[in-house]
Formats: sequence, C-alpha cells, structure tokens
Amino acid sequence: MPILSYIDAVTLALREEMQKNPRVFVLGEDVGVRGGVFRATHGLIDEFGPERVLDTPLTESAIAGVSIGASVYGMRPVAEMQFADFIMPAVNQIISEAAKMRYRSNNSWHCPLVIRAPYGGGVHGGLYHSQSVEKLFTGIPGLKIVTPSTPYDVKGLLKSAIQDEDPVLFFEHKRCYRLIKGEVPEEDYTLPIGQAEVKREGTDVTVISYGLTLHFALQAAEELQKEGISVHVLDLRTLIPLDKEAVLQAVAKTGKVMIIHEDNLTGGFGGEVSALIAEEAFFELDAPIRRLAGPDVPAMPYSPPLEKEFMLNQEKVTHAIRELAEF
Amino acid sequence: MAIDITMPQLGESVTEGTISRWLKQPGDSISKYEPLCEVATDKVNAEVPATISGTLAEIVTGEGETVEVGHVICRVEEVSEGVDAVDENKESQKAEKVQVKAESPKPATGSMKHRYSPAVLRLAQEHNIDLEQVEGSGRGGRITRKDIQELIDSGKEKTEAPIPMTVTGKAESKGAEQQPSTPAPEEESGDEEIPLTRVRKTIAQRMVTSKQEAPHAWTMLQADVTGLVKLRNKLKDDFKKREGIPLTYMPFFIKAVVDSLKEFPRLNSVWGGDRIILKKRINISIAVATEDALYVPVIKDADEKSILGLAKAVHHLAEKTRAGKLTMDDLSGGTFTVNNTGSFGSVASQPIINHPQAAIISVESIVKQPVIKDDMIAVRDLVNLCLSLDHRILDGLIAGRFLNRVKERVEAYGPDTQI
Repeated sequence: MPILSYIDAVTLALREEMQKNPRVFVLGEDVGVRGGVFRATHGLIDEFGPERVLDTPLTESAIAGVSIGASVYGMRPVAEMQFADFIMPAVNQIISEAAKMRYRSNNSWHCPLVIRAPYGGGVHGGLYHSQSVEKLFTGIPGLKIVTPSTPYDVKGLLKSAIQDEDPVLFFEHKRCYRLIKGEVPEEDYTLPIGQAEVKREGTDVTVISYGLTLHFALQAAEELQKEGISVHVLDLRTLIPLDKEAVLQAVAKTGKVMIIHEDNLTGGFGGEVSALIAEEAFFELDAPIRRLAGPDVPAMPYSPPLEKEFMLNQEKVTHAIRELAEF
Repeated sequence: MAIDITMPQLGESVTEGTISRWLKQPGDSISKYEPLCEVATDKVNAEVPATISGTLAEIVTGEGETVEVGHVICRVEEVSEGVDAVDENKESQKAEKVQVKAESPKPATGSMKHRYSPAVLRLAQEHNIDLEQVEGSGRGGRITRKDIQELIDSGKEKTEAPIPMTVTGKAESKGAEQQPSTPAPEEESGDEEIPLTRVRKTIAQRMVTSKQEAPHAWTMLQADVTGLVKLRNKLKDDFKKREGIPLTYMPFFIKAVVDSLKEFPRLNSVWGGDRIILKKRINISIAVATEDALYVPVIKDADEKSILGLAKAVHHLAEKTRAGKLTMDDLSGGTFTVNNTGSFGSVASQPIINHPQAAIISVESIVKQPVIKDDMIAVRDLVNLCLSLDHRILDGLIAGRFLNRVKERVEAYGPDTQI
C-alpha cells in the first residue's frame, strides 16, 4: 500500500471523485493554475481543465454562494477556503442558506456541497492563518463537520463528503498536511461520516481528540506506556454528527476522560462532548472530566515562542494525562 | 563546543526537507550566513545558511536524505572566544531552573480517602464492597475505579455479612428475606421507601411461612343469624349498663366455634412434621388490627368461658392491643383462630392460616337479604363463614362437617336464648 501524506490523500480523493463523476468540480482561490497554496489541487487543472477547476476572485462569500447555487442545480462542488480563517465572509451563506436549504424547502431542495478549509496553527502563520474555526459551526444543525487526522481517513471521508447529499465542512489541519503520512489504499473506498475510531486500547485514561492533537495524544500514550500508564485513545474523526455511542464506550473503558483539541477552551467542542458524558455516563466517571485546549486568547501569536506556548504538544499532553492518571 | 544546525522551517505547512547537495564538507571553515547546503521541499528549493562562524565538524544528514524540520543536519565547531564563559553561564541558569522546579512543591492535597467517584460508589454498591476496607492507590489515598475493578476481578471483595433474621422456629427458616426467586422491584423517582418495622418483618415472615408450608384449602358456608341479631338487639343495652362493655357478635361466634372444636378435635391441632398433634387446650387466637399491623392475641381456655367471659376477654385483648400493651403470653399458645373480617364490611375472605395451626375461620358481615324460607320470600340476616384449612392435616369432609356444626350453632341462637 502506498504511503501518502495527508495532503496527497486530499488530492487523490478529489481526483478519484472527479474522474468518477463529471458533476464534481473544485473552485477556490488559486486552486487552478497555482494548484492551491498548499498544493492540494495540484495537477487537477491539467487533467480536468479550467471548467472543472475554477480560480475564483478573492471573495469567499461568492465561493460559498456559487457552490450552493450549483449544488442545488445538481452539481457537486468542492469549494476550497484558502485558509479556514478566511471563511468568515462566507458564514452567512453557509449558515443561513446551505445549512437550512433542505429544512426550509421541506425536502424539495438540498445542497450536496463540500467546503474544504485548512485550519489550525503551528505553521508560523500568525493571526490570519492559524485559527481553528470548527466550534463556530458545530452548533449549527444542518451541517456535517468532518475533521480527519490521518491520510487514510482523509481519503475515505473526503470521498464520502463529496458523495453526501448535504453540506459538509471538511476541515483539514494544515500542520498535518506534510507532517502526517500513512498508508492509503489505491482502491476506491469511503468511510462513513459520523463514526469515531479507537486508535489505541487502554485502561487508565481515555483521551478523546481529533486532528493534530490526536497525534500528540498517541505520542503521549506511547511515552506513558513506559511508565505503566495505559491510555485509551478515541479519534472522533467527525464532530457532527457526533458518534455518541463510541464516546460513551470509550468513557466506560477507564472512567477518566481527557478531551483534547486545539480550538480554544471556552465554547470548544470539548464542552459538548463533556456534557454528553456527564449526562449519559455519570456512573462510569472516576474523575472530573478534563479538557486540554488552546488558551482563550484572541489569536495565534506570530512570535515563535508565543506560538509554541499557545500550541499543544506532546509534552503538554503527556503531562496532563499523567496528572489525570494519578488522580 | 559543537553547535547543532537543524533543518529550518522553509515555509508554512512545510514540515520536512530533503538535502539535495552539501556545499561544505567537514573541516571547511564557515563564516556566519554562508550557505551550508541546498534543501528541497514540496514548495521551494533553498539554501541553509550557517547561523554561526566556525568549522564544519560533522554532517549528520547526507545528500538525498529527508528529515523533519528541527532535525539536526550537521554540527559546527564554534571558534569565537569566551565560549566557555557563555556556556558556563547557560549551565548555571539551567541548574537554577531545575532547582526552582524541584523546590516548588505541589499544592498539598488533603486526604482523598473518602472522596468517592460515581463509578467507585456504583461498583461498590453493585458488588457489596465495604469501601472502608479498600486501600486507595489514587492521589491522597483516593480509591480509584481501577482499585475496585481489580478487587472485583480478584474475587476478594469483602462482602458485608447479611443482617441475621431473628429465627423463632425451625419452620421459619425459609423466611421472607431468604426468598431467592423474588427480583428486587424497580424504584422510580418519586417512589417512597418505607423501612420495615420489626412487627412488619415478623408479619411478612409468618405469612410467607404459612403460605409456603401449608397447602391452603378454602370453603365457605352461609348461616342465617336472624335469631342472633334479635338476641343481641334485645340484650345489648342492659349488657352495656351492667358490664360496662359493648356486647358484640364476636363472643357468640367464638362460643359456637369452641363448642364445635370439642366435637371435631382434629381442627384443634398443629402440624408436627411427621405427625399431627391434637391440642388438649382450646386457645382461640383472635385477629386484632391496628393502623399498621395485625396482632393475634389469644383467649386461653376459651372452652371454659361463657358468652360473658368471652366478651370480656375479647374486649380486654383488643384494648391491650390498641394500647400496645400486649405481652408475649397474650400472643402465644393459640390453637385455632377466629378472624372478624366482618368488622370492616367484608363479605368473603380467604384468610391465611395462623401457622402452625390447622385452620382459621373468618366471620364476615351480617347482611339483610331476601331468602326463600318455607316457600316464602323472607328478609333474613345472613352471614358468611369462611374457613381456610391446612390440607395436610384436614380434608374437606371433616372441615365441612365442622363448619356445618358452627353454622347450626350460630343459627340456633334466638331471642330467648339464655347467656
């Protein structure tokens, strides 16, 4: 099985779906001739031509709006927000139109649309190129929110997202793009949206995470294994719909829960997972639910020492899990 | 002192680079900012400049190798003076830092021994574990879920000894509490729990014992007590004046039962396991209800008492019961039970035998009813007499004969009967 990077899996999924279905097309800023600033759409314009690989103006509201219109018309647009930070001008289109289309039209219309957006920090991107924006959308019914952490999941879930009949926000952690590599089967496969995955079995602490921080958790688990602390790791993979059953099962494994994400603490998705556990798994709990998340400061600092301070890493995660294990 | 040169971050999202060519070789002298090698990434090709002046000591990453950002690619021997001093300074700073870290103790936590998590409490209750006996491995001695789980897995949980029931007889060994087949009832929110009093426990135990041990059979006869009603109506006012207590129907029924017991001694017996014991004395248990319990005080030697004597005994025992002044002697020794269910309006009942007696009779309400008498419709006072019997001791025939004799006796009372 070939080893691919996270971003190569994005490109592969796009290519396969475009080859299979002529209604699939991509659009975004610099996705065509430039092949995307991260190279996610590299080579697509050569294979599918400028009619299916659209370079758009720097107008995210139009990228989302055009995508919604095209999807309602029967197309399968895959829009790229160059950085998740830039999604803000498109929020009105996404929340007020895409998310509500099926509901508002009483099932007559729907939006089979995917919006891809690279999010997260740790790449020295500063204020406008490092934000985690998933929590802005997790409370909006009508949207599916996918946050893969491995190349294998990227391919399977992006293909599912493109085939989905409703709007999907596909958040790609940009630090993972070239950092995370893994085996990706060549054959055409999809992974169901809304299904979490146990990445590691353990008995002392349950870690629930997604995206880049999941890898810190796995590294920490490896490290703590040497100290005799056994860590159970669950990758949510999809935030909405949340795989509640998997969360509750993971909680039952240890009774000590740590939820980790890079999005900041207050209002972050960890709060929702935590509430679910408190409501439905109270008698499994052996310790207060812990959340490890980005600090509640306005933005990712540009200064490298401050960025390092803001970002979670393996040491911070290891320390926090050890604390919880000792409780 | 060799300084590590690492793979620089050559752009956003770039996490690794490939050395395409080394421009310097080990031993070459290097000045600051001079290119050391060429690096290729997904996005750019760039030169890596030296961050210090010195001599290239060692190449760690060879040409064509791909390494992560931050990985050491080569080492440069620094030549500037005062290096040692700087280093020393660094070392001492480091040492200081370590010391500070070591000196800041964790905030003192009090004993966590008695802080139980929901999971620990649940497991302890499900497995009947006394948490006082468990050693905690968590912070501050806290008992963790894992501690309990290990205890359960090892099968060594210290179960609380079940509270022993006061066993009052061999026959009661199968008490209410030891019924294994009864599943615990489900409690819903809003339900109220009433703890069992001793009396309630005893009643429960005795009833279960009786129902389980004695195969109950049941029969009922109707008696015409029009005469008795007339007799009582005639006597009751004088009786009240003379004796100071009301004249009820109870003594008349007890008298009829007692006289019939003399005729059928089999009814006045107890089950002895491998034999039947006929009791010589006739001690009549009467059921007296209070708000929350049922007592069966005993009229000793009821066969030696007149209607008046029985009336006084019933009254006396009822008073004592309601005042809570019954003694053990008042409650023991019964050989047959008369139950006055008519007092609360019942017209038929299936009484549970007062173990280990052979039978129990219920006297129901006296009700005026139209009946055919001498081919004419007449209004008569009728009463149902219900008998439960231990079928091990008695069969239907003898019980029926006994009940018929009781019926004949109560029907024989008339306005002119002398008491």
